[in-house]
Amino acid sequence: MNRFFGFLKKEFYHIFRDKRSMLILFGMPIVQIMLFGYVINTDLKDVKMAVLDHSKDEYTAEMINKITSSGYFQLIDNLESIDEADAVFRKGDVKLILVFEPDFGKKLIKDSKGSIQILTDASDPNMANLEVSYLQGILQNYNIEINKEKQMGTAIQAKSRMYFNSNLESVFMFVPGIMATILMLVSAMMTSISIAREKELGTMEILLVSPLNPLQIILGKVTPYLALSFINALVIVGMGYFVFGVPVLGSFVLLMAESILFIFLALSIGIFISTVAKSQQVAMMLSMFVLMLPTIILSGFIFPIRNMPLPLQVISNIIPPKWFIVILKNIMLKGVGFEYVWKETLILLAMTMGFIGLSLKKFKIRLQ
Amino acid sequence: MDMNSDVKVIKVKNLCKKFGDFTANDNLSFEVSKGEIFGFLGANGAGKTTAIKILCGLSYPSSGEISVAGFDVYKQREQLKRNIGYMSQKFSLYEDLTVFENIRFYGGIYGLSKEVIHSKADDLLKKLDLQHARNKRISSLPLGWKQKLAFSVAIFHDPEIVFLDEPTGGVDPVTRRQFWDLIYEASRQGITIFVTTHYMDEAEYCDRVSIMVDGKIEALDTPAKLKEDFNAEDMDQVFLALARKAINIE
Repeated sequence: MNRFFGFLKKEFYHIFRDKRSMLILFGMPIVQIMLFGYVINTDLKDVKMAVLDHSKDEYTAEMINKITSSGYFQLIDNLESIDEADAVFRKGDVKLILVFEPDFGKKLIKDSKGSIQILTDASDPNMANLEVSYLQGILQNYNIEINKEKQMGTAIQAKSRMYFNSNLESVFMFVPGIMATILMLVSAMMTSISIAREKELGTMEILLVSPLNPLQIILGKVTPYLALSFINALVIVGMGYFVFGVPVLGSFVLLMAESILFIFLALSIGIFISTVAKSQQVAMMLSMFVLMLPTIILSGFIFPIRNMPLPLQVISNIIPPKWFIVILKNIMLKGVGFEYVWKETLILLAMTMGFIGLSLKKFKIRLQ
Repeated sequence: MDMNSDVKVIKVKNLCKKFGDFTANDNLSFEVSKGEIFGFLGANGAGKTTAIKILCGLSYPSSGEISVAGFDVYKQREQLKRNIGYMSQKFSLYEDLTVFENIRFYGGIYGLSKEVIHSKADDLLKKLDLQHARNKRISSLPLGWKQKLAFSVAIFHDPEIVFLDEPTGGVDPVTRRQFWDLIYEASRQGITIFVTTHYMDEAEYCDRVSIMVDGKIEALDTPAKLKEDFNAEDMDQVFLALARKAINIE
């Protein structure tokens, strides 16, 4: 046991003395959460917009006033015709155009119904989506206001159309995705690099020649990353909750238990990679391309799986983070218990066993 | 060099190691006495590394009777490993740890107690004149020091035998000479030295030398006797005479 603690101590020295490791371990989760958090949660400010007002009456004037005084939007252009829209968007400043139909005010009073069209530059889909919802929010408020004040049963209908990207997906929830990415990065990539480093430096030979058995060596290598990954999981959930208000509706204990399972899986993948990779460089490349890219692209973190072509949807099933993200979303956002995530849990467990088995097999062949 | 005691610490009888159709070690038999400096020579691919791995308990032989430090390589690996030291060309110290941290780590994995580690480390640093560097990182030390330290760490737990796999690779002649002084000293203390090298002048420093060609031991004797047998001026010529027969040189 003493030997084992000596080993752990050495591992922590390696980690704490390496600036790169420290940066990945502690800088990365925070930076990622901040980045993704603000990409999605940014309060809009001074979005440049244009108005095409075919009606020019007191209602449209009042609405424009409401919108520009909200602080979210800034009116920089008045258009004369819809034909200008495309050119204005292409110029790039204007992100959103508000179109009032002819006789908007009159129709509003007469038919209790006025139509507005919102055109957005969706070359940046997330922003476009945000802008539309903010604008709709303002219009909604106005709608309620005039209903109250003027005792009218009016309804303003806003119809939006996304320019440059008409099939916009709903905003993704980023905390589960970041959690999967970071745990994968820390557990799998860092362990595989750290084991590969011992091989590269020749210290692995010394360890193998020593009375330590291979299991002790591997446990010594992975335990620090298990601990640090767990801390990362806490930090991510904590930051999501306190900074961005991402809820944990389900059981926190269950959430952490599932996270530990996923960390074990990632560690076993890291060990497997290190049995294949002879150098740190190879371990890093393998982790990057075999783990990180699929984690980010195919796990449903950023791109919804149901929108992928069928072959990719099938492939996504073998991407471990996909299942973890499902579990996280279920527990955190839907607040369900174990009875709703046991299938995914079993899949993760089976994958962990699989990778440990593969690693053992590779290791035995090498020693024969 | 006291060879009278003549305790055999390495006994190898008919060692064979096959990888599929390839025979890496073909029926090796030799013995090494306590305190002896045994040179294990051969071209790359001759099967040296395979044999060393077996002797260190890292891989099993296909057949043969082998005991190292009195322990059987099949059944008593754990004890065997406790009683040997190992150092390779790569020096095997952790560059990001200090001198003392390295000593403590290696002492620790061989199960030495904290007190023993501290007192032995003090003695060692004094002997190597490295007290001032005790808390310096290995990365800041010159190559020669690293190498001496690596050797001292390899025998820190007082093993019966230390295996040195090309320990002087890439080191200048002066440092090499100093390194051999350490080897002699260890040998005088009764530690058996099992060393591979590419430098034929170093082969002359050994008590006995074996030369492997294509998985077989083609010659085994004292350097003086070998030179006589091959009618050679130095070990280089002996080695070349044997290596010419090889088919497996990489």
